[in-house]
Amino acid sequence: MTMQGQELSDSFDEGRAVRIIAGLAHLEGAMLPILHALQEAFGCIDPRVVPLLADALNVSRAEVHGVISFYHDFRDAPAGRHVLKICRAESCQSMGVEHLVERLRMAHRLEPGQTSGNGALTIENVYCLGQCALSPAALLDDEPIGRLDETRLDALVLELTGARA
Amino acid sequence: MTVRIFVPIDSSALAVGAEAVARAIANEASMRGADVAIIRNGSRGMVWLEPLVEVETPEGRVGYGRVSARDVPALFEAGFLQGGEHAARVGKVDDLDWMHAQQRLTFARCGVIDPLSLSHYRAHGGYEGLTRALAMTSSAVVEEVVASGLRGRGGAGFPTGIKWRTVAAAQSDRKYIVCNADEGDSGTFADRMLMEGDPFTLIEGMTIAGIATGATKGFVYIRSEYPHAFRTMRRAIEIARAGGWLGADVAGSGCAFDMEARLGAGAYICGEETSLLESLEGRRGQVRAKPPLPAIHGLFGKPTAINNVLSLASVPWIMAHGAPAYAAFGMGRSRGTQPFQIAGNVKRGGLVELAFGVTIRQLVEDFGGGTASGRKLRAVQVGGPLGAYFPDALLDTPLDYEAMLAVKGMLGHGGLVAFDDSVDLAKQARFAMQFCAIESCGKCTPCRIGSTRGVEVIDKIIAGVAPEQNTTLLHDLCETMTDGSLCALGGLTPMPVLSALTHFPQDFERPAGARHAAE
Ligand SMILES: Cc1cc2nc3c(=O)[nH]c(=O)nc-3n(C[C@H](O)[C@H](O)[C@H](O)COP(=O)(O)O)c2cc1C
Ligand code: SF4
Ligand code: FES
Repeated sequence: MTMQGQELSDSFDEGRAVRIIAGLAHLEGAMLPILHALQEAFGCIDPRVVPLLADALNVSRAEVHGVISFYHDFRDAPAGRHVLKICRAESCQSMGVEHLVERLRMAHRLEPGQTSGNGALTIENVYCLGQCALSPAALLDDEPIGRLDETRLDALVLELTGARA
Repeated sequence: MTVRIFVPIDSSALAVGAEAVARAIANEASMRGADVAIIRNGSRGMVWLEPLVEVETPEGRVGYGRVSARDVPALFEAGFLQGGEHAARVGKVDDLDWMHAQQRLTFARCGVIDPLSLSHYRAHGGYEGLTRALAMTSSAVVEEVVASGLRGRGGAGFPTGIKWRTVAAAQSDRKYIVCNADEGDSGTFADRMLMEGDPFTLIEGMTIAGIATGATKGFVYIRSEYPHAFRTMRRAIEIARAGGWLGADVAGSGCAFDMEARLGAGAYICGEETSLLESLEGRRGQVRAKPPLPAIHGLFGKPTAINNVLSLASVPWIMAHGAPAYAAFGMGRSRGTQPFQIAGNVKRGGLVELAFGVTIRQLVEDFGGGTASGRKLRAVQVGGPLGAYFPDALLDTPLDYEAMLAVKGMLGHGGLVAFDDSVDLAKQARFAMQFCAIESCGKCTPCRIGSTRGVEVIDKIIAGVAPEQNTTLLHDLCETMTDGSLCALGGLTPMPVLSALTHFPQDFERPAGARHAAE
């Protein structure tokens, strides 16, 4: 699980990465649990972990790289201090999420896939959060938000970026 | 006497402030010196009422809906500890029409008990199914599931017992039970609610599956969009293990079964069973060609029963009450109950468990109460992003596997998404193609390239560029995707697209802007 919103260490620590990998390598199918743990520790998947993982799991570097690039969750650079994932799937569409995305664009100059200028907030698209009876829904770091509306969105962005709408 | 107050910890309740409500109740109670015990239950499925606070009274559990932290002092003033009158009071929860009209088998305990209390679980019939299974031969357990008529709730509707038979018959030193908790379909949340509200039911179902098939290890693969469900499952597994319900000697039976929860990494395709197995093994989630079937050559090449959360969670009830009792519900070849999920533009969204055969309209209009916007209901998408959009004329179709196929749709995972008359079905068709392009695993051309072409062609139609030729092209493209895709992502994306074209042709005929201006 990515723990955005918690403190991120900005510098990669190879010793720590090796310890994380060694601690989980015994699992059946250890690749994903290790990648999640590394991302939780460093905020992203640093390319320097590729050879370490390849050695520990006895697979090629190309394969490790292939896995990292396949999954939407794994980032190659740390996100902002907070991540707001906005659901763009059908149920949330039916309750007007596209207007909220438009609001982010026009009023806050924030775009899904981007981070605010001060590094405070990353906006991402997500397709269903299992909160479809409370659409439009979002996930702020690990906390779900239901019945999101413009007022709430404006307040959230203001609070998290410290900027004026 | 201590008054028991239930404040849900289901993530839907949390999404609308349940945590603050629980804190406010604790504070207010301690200020007033009131003797209360706050129990964090799952959700009853009346998501529109969340946070739904319940107070246990001698007459039963009285509910207060859409409670906010600010309401709490007034609730105490109104005597809610005795079930007192207040604007938020909805009455005795079990007597509400919404609850009363349901047939809750799989979700009988969800929202009632503390999800992480084994003693609550056992007091409400938990582990009776496993106990009965342990007293039977493993093949008798498999045959009981066959006889119940249970079909896979993940979408394909394959008979669960038949799948288990294959796994049971396979010879191997190691076998696996894999629970598919990837629940990627828009409009669905039943797997999540069950894992957050009654996780031991899933653990019990997987344990029975293990005993029936000879598998000793289970994995629950949970999508990363569900951090709360993942945490709850992980804790529940630890608690079950500590209680002797998992491990080398399950409940003193001499049978071994243990399990782990694993987190996905944001890929819709990992809900497809072979892709999920690849992902569990630590690879890219690319679809494998079948055969070999996972039942014979599954996780790490071993025989594997892979089932949806709801399929597995139905098994404890079946084992406790017997196959005939389960098969007595339903219609045609769809036996038992289905937890339907009512979502989108509805007044009362939530989970309704009913026998197969209820109509789309009954769910969306009777339970759902019509649109949230108050505008006219125009379309209902059934079965997730690969499911069809139905117009009003088809809303009386009963929800069962075959009846849905007959109207060129599918039941999928039982999710219904309602749209009011502001919806533009051409845009929805475009989104279906776009979603396929985003989530394609890339293995076959019709899906990978076809979906991107589909977006372009629909854009042209919407823009009014050679609409007739492009509509023909879109039909051809859909045919290619249907026939030439390895799995149902590419193979079924045409379903929403073609349903939109068939039932809502006017949305494709004029550019959206012009149409709305004219109306
Ligand atoms: C693109 C795609 C996505 C799927 N997503 C899910 C899912 O999220 N959950 C699920 O249980 N089954 C999903 N399935 C169906 C699975 O492949 C498989 O049929 C199911 O896990 C079998 O379990 P069941 O027989 O209990 O339904 C998906 C299939 C496809 C083609
Ligand atoms: S249809 Fe699409 S998702 Fe399925 S195997 Fe082919 S490319 Fe992958
Ligand atoms: S579609 Fe947005 S939460 Fe499910």
